[in-house]
Amino acid sequence: MNTVLGLLGGLFLIAGAAFLLFGGLGLVRMPDVFNRIQAGTKATTLGTLFSLAGAACLQPEWTLKLMLIGLFILFTNPISSQVLARAAHRSHAEKSALTAVDRLEDDQGA
Amino acid sequence: MVEFLIYIAAMLVGLAFLLALYRFFKGPSAADRVAAFDVLTIITITVIVLVALVEGRAIYLDVALIYALLSFLGVIVVARYLERGL
Amino acid sequence: MSLLLTAMTLVLCIAMIVAAFVAILGKSLPIAILAAGLVSLVASVLFVILASPDVAMTEAAIGSGLSTFLFFFVLGRVRGGERDGEDEPGSEHG
Repeated sequence: MNTVLGLLGGLFLIAGAAFLLFGGLGLVRMPDVFNRIQAGTKATTLGTLFSLAGAACLQPEWTLKLMLIGLFILFTNPISSQVLARAAHRSHAEKSALTAVDRLEDDQGA
Repeated sequence: MVEFLIYIAAMLVGLAFLLALYRFFKGPSAADRVAAFDVLTIITITVIVLVALVEGRAIYLDVALIYALLSFLGVIVVARYLERGL
Repeated sequence: MSLLLTAMTLVLCIAMIVAAFVAILGKSLPIAILAAGLVSLVASVLFVILASPDVAMTEAAIGSGLSTFLFFFVLGRVRGGERDGEDEPGSEHG
């Protein structure tokens, strides 16, 4: 195995795992449902893409399959996040006390 | 050297898994638990990729592919269930 | 490298047991269904670690995908029906 490519792949893997850890941390620390969905989904999407890039560096012949997994994640993850946030808003999930503006509720109230 | 880096990455991923699991078991509302379930599914993809790297078998990536395809199906069904009032 | 897989298996088994207890003892029905899906998710990863990717694929598609989908679909259909504990005739044959 090429040493430079292996080192780069390992660093990519650690960066991806760190972003996954930040996503989990945001899921625990954030104050309400919408912030948790935001932190969880965005950080874990980036972390998974970094991890797949690292795996592609470590095993270059798997690149096609790893790119396919990344493409599917890139398509499906924002969809599930948006649908879940809309469902939480429609079922009147409680908002944090720091919430300053809620344009969707303003539009529906008007 | 590369094995050491994979060890560190697996440790961080395990910690993220435990944090999301904490939110899944504690989460006050159902939407919190669904968000935690989604995050757990996404973390599982990385865990499977790490296992495939350790074992060196490309066939394990097919399981991760199925999770990448199916992760949003369950969330959409639960979200439709939540929208009609809970 | 087998130390890594052993530690991973330990964490996953603990998560699986706790999720199974939540699925059985939990008060809310949707949360119990989600916990059952989590048990299936962890079982799929354990099948991968045990070197049987075909079983893991089946578990992922059926246990974690289709089963959760079907349970929530039926739960949405029967909402507002009779509850447990009321003496409805034939309610235990459902």
